[in-house]
Amino acid sequence: MNLFNVLTDRPVDPESAAAKFIADTKHEETHDRLVWGMRMHRDEAARQIPGWEELRELASQIKEHTLTHLDQYLEQFEQNAIAHGVHVHWALDAAEHNDIVLSIFQKHNVKRVIKSKSMLQEECGMAAALETQGIEVRESDLGERIQQLAHERPSHIVVPAIHQLRTDVAALFAKNLATDEQNSDPHYLTEAMRNDARPALLHADAGMTGANFAIAETGGIVICTNEGNADIGVTVPDLQVCSIGIEKLVPRSADLGVMLRLLSRSALGTPMTQYTTHLHRPRPGTRIHFILVDNKRSDRLASPDFWHALKCIRCGACMNTCPVYRRSGGLSYQATYSGPIGVILDPGFDHTKYRELPYHSTLCGSCSEVCPVRIDIADQIYKWRRVIADEGLLPLAKRAGMAVMGETLSHTEAFHGAEAVAIKAIEQLPGVVFNNPLNPWTKHRDMPNPPKQTFHQWYQKNRGSE
Amino acid sequence: MATVAEILVETLALSGLANEGGDVKIALFVPCYVDAFFPEVAIATLQLLERLGHEVVVPPQQTCCGQPMANSGDQAASAATEAHFVDTFKSYDLIVGPSGSCVHHVRLHLDACEQTPEAAHVRKSIRELIEFLHEDIKSLPPIDFKHKVGLHNGCTALRGLGHARPSERVHEPDFSKARDLLTHVGGLEIIQSDRVDECCGFGGSFCVTDEAVSSKMGQDRVADFERNGAEYIASADNSCLMHMKGIIDREKRPLKIVHIAQILNGGPFA
Ligand code: SF4
Repeated sequence: MNLFNVLTDRPVDPESAAAKFIADTKHEETHDRLVWGMRMHRDEAARQIPGWEELRELASQIKEHTLTHLDQYLEQFEQNAIAHGVHVHWALDAAEHNDIVLSIFQKHNVKRVIKSKSMLQEECGMAAALETQGIEVRESDLGERIQQLAHERPSHIVVPAIHQLRTDVAALFAKNLATDEQNSDPHYLTEAMRNDARPALLHADAGMTGANFAIAETGGIVICTNEGNADIGVTVPDLQVCSIGIEKLVPRSADLGVMLRLLSRSALGTPMTQYTTHLHRPRPGTRIHFILVDNKRSDRLASPDFWHALKCIRCGACMNTCPVYRRSGGLSYQATYSGPIGVILDPGFDHTKYRELPYHSTLCGSCSEVCPVRIDIADQIYKWRRVIADEGLLPLAKRAGMAVMGETLSHTEAFHGAEAVAIKAIEQLPGVVFNNPLNPWTKHRDMPNPPKQTFHQWYQKNRGSE
Repeated sequence: MATVAEILVETLALSGLANEGGDVKIALFVPCYVDAFFPEVAIATLQLLERLGHEVVVPPQQTCCGQPMANSGDQAASAATEAHFVDTFKSYDLIVGPSGSCVHHVRLHLDACEQTPEAAHVRKSIRELIEFLHEDIKSLPPIDFKHKVGLHNGCTALRGLGHARPSERVHEPDFSKARDLLTHVGGLEIIQSDRVDECCGFGGSFCVTDEAVSSKMGQDRVADFERNGAEYIASADNSCLMHMKGIIDREKRPLKIVHIAQILNGGPFA
């Protein structure tokens, strides 16, 4: 049973979840500091590249060009992959993707799978679906494995366990890997994980990966990792299954030069990921399956306001810079994708369920400025709010409040009347009444002091004769 | 929605106006929350513009620009307020308001109301006080403010109106219109914050619907300025200041807030 799907249909509530995360000061402050550190590293790395802005523009154009010719590049990719002896499948949605994976595994009698991190497989709820069929799925990425042991989603698309403190990991490992709970030394913990992972890697029946890029010209894919875990996964077992979102295409190998320069610098501030693996054809006697997955991507491509989000190369820079994400922690978004990119992607899967996410933002715009492929993220967040309101999905309280406010603010007399009431109320109620926890403003903030008179009143008094 | 670039090109046509003090009547736009809670900011703006030789009128029927409703996505609720705004200001050549986020709304997002020629005129004729003053920076009256001041650029002014170089654009030359104005003030020392332009967390209705995150962001922003030795937090956006003041007062911190118009005009301060 997929833990995350149990709660489906109810709208997610990022605000309360974030409030809980913040109340736990130690976690919140460490998270904010570490994630902000990645943004600082990104700035430093960008500074080292003189043509950084031109590079971003180029990457954006490559992606736009690809997306506007996606049918032709997908066909080219398929033909080239097949010519290399790769089995190519097409999946319309998550269920179809999981069915294809399952049928491949059943045919080859696969019981144990080693997988490297894939947000697409996460999006499809794949691991849970396979586990119900008796297939053991083991994450090989350290952070992702921590999350798997914790029965949690990844909280960040690049560093999945960034919200956990070392002591959390020590406790988790003590429970699962019989380590010393008191020892939270990173080397000790990593070594414990390595020892636990090695036999799983060696005895897996199949390896699974996602793809960072798929190259139409060559029919191959590129996988970027910092731990090299994908490399072991694709070289040890004789069967490989790679899930590829259809938006991952780039036209030519030459385009990778642009994308790879931006990816890791935007993510962690490093020049490149430690491992950049190109996978083109099966070794003799082995098999590779590529599954090209739509899962609502073509719907998005058809949307004039939101298709640009498909340019995303999943670097996580927007999350690192986002002041709301850093305080909230990724799990509070209660969705596959968190942070600014999640706020614009998740409602595309289900805008009823994820209708609160576009409000979990101050629209500060920093995300749009760091995005290496120049996605207009903040503008899309703003546009999503309009979609939510248009469909009558604003919570009742918000909706009624807005209507009353609109009515008041569109009439001069009503406005000044409301002003007088508000100011009187602040004046007459003792501080304790206003500063109570039922008023969200006053939980952590005082009310503004009531002014002696409004500007309007001052003007009438002092300049009235003019 | 028009892009920032498109609108900036159109507003360039107005850029000579600031230098011709007195020739063009300025309509003063006083945002609703400034009218109600920060009258001194509106008074400072009015007096400052007048000291620079401009003829300023205050259209009495003005209320609000519609941003609070539009920001929630509720176009239906903001349409009438936006139409009222257009109606109030349509006969003026130049509208100046002391609030980055409201001016940003009018310029870039005022599209719930009918897009008549009057609406288009209002949208391209509105200027935020800082950008307006910056064009005529040399004629600012001499003034002293002998304090250590942390400068907070509201996000919409920063990234939406181009008040300063956003920190993300590491290759662009550094600039800040508000800082330029403040360096004309005698005795004023500008204090840096560690996270130069991080959002303070106000965010319109966000400050209520996402209270915990909003407050935490404000606490962090205030602490950053305090840690770096600021006595005042100054901004062109009173909404950010109102939020940070709420935190300062609650936590009984020694910091004070001030709108840039108040500094440049030498008050009034309350
Ligand atoms: S939206 Fe842009 S910044 Fe965010 S993860 Fe995608 S590519 Fe990176």
